[in-house]
Amino acid sequence: METQADLLFRALADPTRRALFERLCREGEQTVGALTATAGVSQPAVSKHLAALKAAGLVADRHEGRQTHYSPRTAALGPLADWTKDMARFWEGRFDALEDLLNRMDQ
Amino acid sequence: MTETRTAVVEREFPHPPEKLWRALTQPHLIEEWLMKNDFAPKVGHRFQLKGEWGGTLDCEVLTLEPGRALAYRWDFAHEDPAYALESVVTFTLTPTADGTRLRMEQAGFRPDQTQAYGGAHAGWKSFFDKLDDLLAKEA
Repeated sequence: METQADLLFRALADPTRRALFERLCREGEQTVGALTATAGVSQPAVSKHLAALKAAGLVADRHEGRQTHYSPRTAALGPLADWTKDMARFWEGRFDALEDLLNRMDQ
Repeated sequence: MTETRTAVVEREFPHPPEKLWRALTQPHLIEEWLMKNDFAPKVGHRFQLKGEWGGTLDCEVLTLEPGRALAYRWDFAHEDPAYALESVVTFTLTPTADGTRLRMEQAGFRPDQTQAYGGAHAGWKSFFDKLDDLLAKEA
């Protein structure tokens, strides 16, 4: 079964999608047309990437007339941050042990 | 961008780089601070780190610059892709006025490793739960 974390990591594993998400984070809400202009891929491709980002909870869409506007949802990055924190916790513990070893080793 | 950076841990040790290098590359010393292992300081050498919780990490030396940098693959094989992990651990040593700054960077997943990338969160949760259990027992 695919979890929300799976969707998140998969969505961010693709460099084009990651670039789209980063751009929304930096520049704020954008239309599909505006995103396509600098994405380097076709509008259907951009729409497909946005759908994957939306499924992962990374973007929200808002319809206004014939335009769809996309904005970033950075709270969805939570599982990624948790995972990084877990790894950092592990290495902090290992570094404590390394420090202890260095103090016991001959110079 | 072909690689995603993940966890970074840095610390300054009041010891020279040569000494730190020994602790990072001599099997009996690695065992004292990290895990049991059959490490050898040779690029391409495949080795395993054996955790006290019974798990085994499959590793391969990727970079070896004595006194400066060491990188190895850090993979956790599991039949369930949700628990498999593929990553690269890189240690960088920088001399400072009083010793050495050690930087550990554990980088995850290339775009072609989507399975491992997706499952890593669950994998590490389970990995740490076991480690926590073990440490609690020994305390």
